[in-house]
Amino acid sequence: MNDSAAAVTPSAPSAAAETLRIALRSRTLLIGLAILLFWIACALLGQRMTPLDPYADDLLTTLAPPSAAHWFGTDQLGRDVFSRVIIGARDILIVAPLATLLGTVLGTVIGLGIGYFRGVLDDVVSRIIEALQALPLVIVALMMLAAVGTSNATVVLVIGFVFTPLIARTVRAATLNEVDLDYVAAARLRGDGPLAIMFIEVLPNVLPVALVEMTVRLGYAIFFVASLSFIGFGIQPPSADWGIAIAENYSLIGSYWWTVLFDAGATASLIIGVNLVADGLNSVFEP
Amino acid sequence: MKDATAPVDALRIEHLEVLYRVGQRERRVVTDLSLGIRPGESYGLVGESGCGKSTVALAAIRYLARNGRVSAGRILVDGRDLMRLSGGELRRLRARSVSMVYQDPARALNPTLRIGLQLAEVFEITEGLKGTVARERVAEMLARVQIPSPARVMSNYPHELSGGMQQRVIIAMALASDPALLILDEPTTGLDATVEAEVLDLIGRLRAELGTSVLFISHSLAVIGRMCERIGVLYAGELVEEGASEEILRDPRHPYTVALLRCVPSYGRRKDQGRLETIPGFLPTPGTSQGRCVFADRCGNATDRCRAEAPPVLAQAGRLGMRLARCFYPDRALQLPHTTGSGAPAAATATPREAVPLLRARNLSKTYQVAGRAFKAVDGIAIDLWPGETLGLVGESGSGKSSLAKLLLGLSAPDAGSAVELAGEPLNALAADRTQSQRKALQIVFQNPGLALNRSQSVRRLIQRSLRLLKLPRARREARLRELTASVRLTERHLRERPRQLSGGLQQRVSIARAFAGGPRLVVCDEPTSALDVSVQAAILNLLADLQVEQRVSYLFISHDLNVIQYLSDRVAVLYLGRVLEIGPTAAVFAGPHHPYTAALLSANPSLDGGAGGRVRLQGEVPSPLDPPSGCVFQTRCPRKIGRICEEREPALLAAAEGHAIRCHIPAAELMPAAALMSNSNELRENR
Repeated sequence: MNDSAAAVTPSAPSAAAETLRIALRSRTLLIGLAILLFWIACALLGQRMTPLDPYADDLLTTLAPPSAAHWFGTDQLGRDVFSRVIIGARDILIVAPLATLLGTVLGTVIGLGIGYFRGVLDDVVSRIIEALQALPLVIVALMMLAAVGTSNATVVLVIGFVFTPLIARTVRAATLNEVDLDYVAAARLRGDGPLAIMFIEVLPNVLPVALVEMTVRLGYAIFFVASLSFIGFGIQPPSADWGIAIAENYSLIGSYWWTVLFDAGATASLIIGVNLVADGLNSVFEP
Repeated sequence: MKDATAPVDALRIEHLEVLYRVGQRERRVVTDLSLGIRPGESYGLVGESGCGKSTVALAAIRYLARNGRVSAGRILVDGRDLMRLSGGELRRLRARSVSMVYQDPARALNPTLRIGLQLAEVFEITEGLKGTVARERVAEMLARVQIPSPARVMSNYPHELSGGMQQRVIIAMALASDPALLILDEPTTGLDATVEAEVLDLIGRLRAELGTSVLFISHSLAVIGRMCERIGVLYAGELVEEGASEEILRDPRHPYTVALLRCVPSYGRRKDQGRLETIPGFLPTPGTSQGRCVFADRCGNATDRCRAEAPPVLAQAGRLGMRLARCFYPDRALQLPHTTGSGAPAAATATPREAVPLLRARNLSKTYQVAGRAFKAVDGIAIDLWPGETLGLVGESGSGKSSLAKLLLGLSAPDAGSAVELAGEPLNALAADRTQSQRKALQIVFQNPGLALNRSQSVRRLIQRSLRLLKLPRARREARLRELTASVRLTERHLRERPRQLSGGLQQRVSIARAFAGGPRLVVCDEPTSALDVSVQAAILNLLADLQVEQRVSYLFISHDLNVIQYLSDRVAVLYLGRVLEIGPTAAVFAGPHHPYTAALLSANPSLDGGAGGRVRLQGEVPSPLDPPSGCVFQTRCPRKIGRICEEREPALLAAAEGHAIRCHIPAAELMPAAALMSNSNELRENR
């Protein structure tokens, strides 16, 4: 350690590189990402990844137990469960992230607005948010879906809508901490308008919080979508969605466990993966 | 080091080395540090931030952060080797033999427990006292730290007490176990000057009474010099100099000590007498200076030998005991080359007055509503500020300094009836309602650059966003950015970085660049150097003085440091509870006649060269602005209150001399300067 670099200030790595370096050291994050990326690959590649056609019935081999030909067995119509689990990632990985994104964008905008302006606007909106949070989300979502009809698009809208207040609250709290900082005063002094201050000055600083909240919500959204599909209000057949598969087969679980267990396991692993990512991101942004 | 004293030193550190784990690497933050504190002695550890002061204090009670460890050396408290103690023994030692007082008293007290209960716990743990016996001891302790009504304070929660009171409670708690060693880590840094002076007096008196040994840690040489018999100067984790306080301050033997002493603006120094000295360069990264002198890169005396070989600790016999200096050339220390040619004025003081002041405020008031009650933060202030002039604003916290600045800048709206004019034109209340050129004219440099700079933007972006005020064509913008960057002495490399990658001093330069981006006419400087080390402070003050000369900008300079105010200001206004108590040319305000409050502030000012300072002590605390005193706002604490008239009538701001006005019922002729007041006070300052 005889380097003579004494009083030279160390050439600091850029902030982004530093964050990435911390991120790559987090085992939680890496494991979560691995699980998540696996399911994303399944969803993207779809039938190119499945050994058999997930939609082809084979009435001669219905409810066959796992074997070399059918790794996860077959269902009531003789369809290959393994192929259906793989392809089943597709709809949920479209609906849940879109719904979360919608909720995050709306929630962030609302949270920034009420956190920045405070006053009466904040009082009114905050009370509404609290009132909405007092209602059970699944029931609210069910009622809305019953009203507008069920499709992937309406599921996205409804879940996005019920998530908005949750994210708005988090972003509001973060914004409240920011607007009292002197950099906001400095921006006002040079004549920046409220929109410029909110979106150019404050937003980048509350974004990490929104991002962590978004990953947490994504886990819930997946669970939410699966639940709705299970009761028939979410993704609709003929999709090979896991929730639908569980609903179709759960009465058989006693003797034909493979028709339910793998779909349930897939749902669980996806939610765990997302939550690991959320935990990891949280520790990266707020060490 | 080779302290040949009795083996029962209250604290004895021998060849201490402390490592911190950062990422995968271990960094050495304290190197070969030895010191001894004799029983009853007060030892001061001084140095700038990042030098390892607090690390030493924490190591002395084996309480380092989890990533830190003592890798070599011995620590003996009261003769016992700390490293060999078991968990239980260590706990008992911390409970009985060592006490520690930290900087922020609010965080050291449990907010959910009443003061009486918290203190009683200490007696329960150390002496097994319970119930009324313990409560009696608590009342006794509180009386000892001069808390006026112990019974009332005991039933209070911490948040109901002021910072000064909280710190007294902490000191009472620390002394409750009658420890052999008391460690004070920046105990008065967060307090107002008058409160700081009181708390320091208290510590001095208690020490004389109890004979406790003290390890006093501070960044301020003036405070340490006043409180301690011996001083150790810490730089980059090494003890570079040690000796008797008086000798260190008068006749330092290490170039770092010399440089540190030189960069503090001394009492009476003014900007027209020359620039302040700075310490060039930066503190080295811990653990990177093995086999060489840690200060070599910043030292004007350094030779090739200093860069090739670690200097030994040279011991010399001083008049007041052994002196140690970690330097090859201790005798040349005082010949350290000056960093600025002395005598070259930093700025001219007197500026010819123009017909119209740049900024004129009349009847400026701000009332906040707190829980349905009116709270006057600023009350009927009238000030004028001329082009190129610096108006210093002094006063303790709660005096309305920052509120006044916010009103002028348009960050909050004043009460109806207030009037602010810029160059003769009335200004709208809020910045958003002012014209772009008016906004451009009024800018601010905040106290804490870490909060004032948007952490998500690069330095380039930060400055660019303010440069838009100039509405320059694209081609000129980049040129102006370079100009501005150069004028605050930042380099191209800094533009790419984010604020948190820069040191506090560099951050403050960015903040200054931003304030000057639009070509302002008045810049409010709200304690711009109080979060910085003294060597950095000097550089920032020089920069502000230079920019003022170049651009003929006016400053409203807020500071609690009277030496800084005196150095930079042309005129000074003294604020108390939202009112101006005294205003006038700097020389007149500092020379007297003084308002009694100004006199108290001046005598509370910790100063290296002190002069003949008689203490004017203030009774109690600043009253709540929710419930201001009747008559003169200062009457509840005034040492020179003359009677009923002070309680009944608010005095007018009367001219004592040309441009110098004092708000007091006592005629100006009788408001003698502090030096003359001293004879009235029977409490003389002990040293010098």
